[in-house]
Amino acid sequence: MVEGFLSQFVDAYYLRIMVIIGINIILALGLNLITGVTGQLSMGHAGFMSIGAYTAAILTLQFGLPFGPALVAGACMAGLFGFFIGIPTLRLEGDYLAMVTIGFGEIIRVFFLNFELGGKATGLYGMTKSTTFTTVWILVIIIIFLNAKLLKSRYGRAMYAIREDEIAAEATGINTTLMKVLAFTVGAFLAGLAGGLYAHYMGYIAPKDFAFMKSIEILNMVVLGGMGSIPGSILGAFILTIAPEMLRIVDEYRLLFYGALLVILMIFRPNGLLGNVRIYDIKKRFKKKEV
Amino acid sequence: MFWEQLLNGLTLGSSYALIALGYTMVYGIIQLINFAHGEIYMFGAFVGLLLVTVFGLNIVVALIGAMIFCMLLGMLVERIAYRPLRGKSSRLSALISAIGVSIFLSTLMVLIRGPNTTRYPEIIKINTYTIGSVSVSSLQIIILLVATLLMVGLQVMIRKTQIGKAMRACSQDIEASYLMGISVNRVISFTFAIGSALAAAGGVMVGVYYNAVWPYMGLMAGLKAFAAAVLGGIGSIPGAMIGGITIGVLEIFGVAYLSSSYKDAIAFAILILVLIIRPQGILGQKKIKKV
Repeated sequence: MVEGFLSQFVDAYYLRIMVIIGINIILALGLNLITGVTGQLSMGHAGFMSIGAYTAAILTLQFGLPFGPALVAGACMAGLFGFFIGIPTLRLEGDYLAMVTIGFGEIIRVFFLNFELGGKATGLYGMTKSTTFTTVWILVIIIIFLNAKLLKSRYGRAMYAIREDEIAAEATGINTTLMKVLAFTVGAFLAGLAGGLYAHYMGYIAPKDFAFMKSIEILNMVVLGGMGSIPGSILGAFILTIAPEMLRIVDEYRLLFYGALLVILMIFRPNGLLGNVRIYDIKKRFKKKEV
Repeated sequence: MFWEQLLNGLTLGSSYALIALGYTMVYGIIQLINFAHGEIYMFGAFVGLLLVTVFGLNIVVALIGAMIFCMLLGMLVERIAYRPLRGKSSRLSALISAIGVSIFLSTLMVLIRGPNTTRYPEIIKINTYTIGSVSVSSLQIIILLVATLLMVGLQVMIRKTQIGKAMRACSQDIEASYLMGISVNRVISFTFAIGSALAAAGGVMVGVYYNAVWPYMGLMAGLKAFAAAVLGGIGSIPGAMIGGITIGVLEIFGVAYLSSSYKDAIAFAILILVLIIRPQGILGQKKIKKV
């Protein structure tokens, strides 16, 4: 009903961009939890996304499962992989971890390139386009709400502590192992969810949609918006989804400008646009004004 | 068969090693994963091609020309995209800046030359020698010789010259080096120049060896070389050489004896296995963290 209403007033092109923004927000919030909040540099987020996308798509296409359960199954599958990727992080740090996550993303991509059930290099197509503007944005709002709750809780604060100083965090009694694995699992779960939504919005997925550059794109959103900040991740997803669209006027020079834009933004806003702005800080500020 | 594959592996591995050296040297000093390094390698290959085809130069002169061009390019990139960020931002923003440069440079090359593969003309007359049952091409011998020469030269420079000493000092403690009167900015600039020249040499040789250059050749080669640097222990120069050779050889063996469709996953799988057993890489030193 909302769809029909919206499509009467809003151009299909803008509606499409809004849906993609929503999906990207889910991706950015997931990675923000791993990299922004807990400080574990992960550069293979597209790998988790592809697991969710393929699982959900195979379930609806081959096994005739309804969209909802398939979406959840895809997210859970990605979460499971996040859990397993989280385990080596207990021993690896910093750039070693970054390399392992890049490696994971590439291995998953090559796996899907050779995966019979996933259509190899051609990928999967013909999924019913069950993802709508409403589903995406309802999910986005729920996720933002839960994410804010999580970050405000003991767990969230423990995760921030790990980012600031892991040894000190451990010394204060935080179970750093549990927290890091938790961050990876939840982050991957969200990526899987976004993947399932993406697959059923586009109706077509291929391994090349989830290549290294996709992971980088998600990382850019988190860093550009401001590490560890929910409003930041949302803004980052917003800007970096719209920027390539706006840059369509410059056509073939688009990526040239995109690259330059990243450099310039980092030079002038090294801590991201909304670095360290947290949702509950904003709420506090509003409350003070009322008083 | 075995010895031939080993030789192919060594040839490929020495090109990875040449690129990995640039990653590891820059990382050793400023802890930055220079993502634009793969693109410098690609530019090296293209400039080499240009010098041979358009200017009709000898391949040796073209190799040196490409190295000088990339030296300047590497220094320029450092000056524009990394130096303004140094000291006042997190390492992650520098990383995003590097990614921006990488996107910029590869798009620039697509705009100049188009996205398709360009062939290298036959420059060197290739003779094939047969020793026992093993056939060796003269090109392989030349590549191995040049790579060895460059690596030995690098070692001599780092061990024996004053600037080499300054580079080692900076990688140990950049602040103390500054206090000792070392011009840190100049050392960093020099490191970028040397690393880029080595990558350019790798680019020209790979271009001649595989008879092809294309604008996106830097991405995968860069990732694998970074994997090689991490495998050897990032920051360690002999480590980068060992890592590069190891990955090159195992990749060729994997393709020859297992399956060619998993070619791109092999390097990363090895890396993950090694890092799980030895988190600091083959020659890396374990850092003791203090609060």
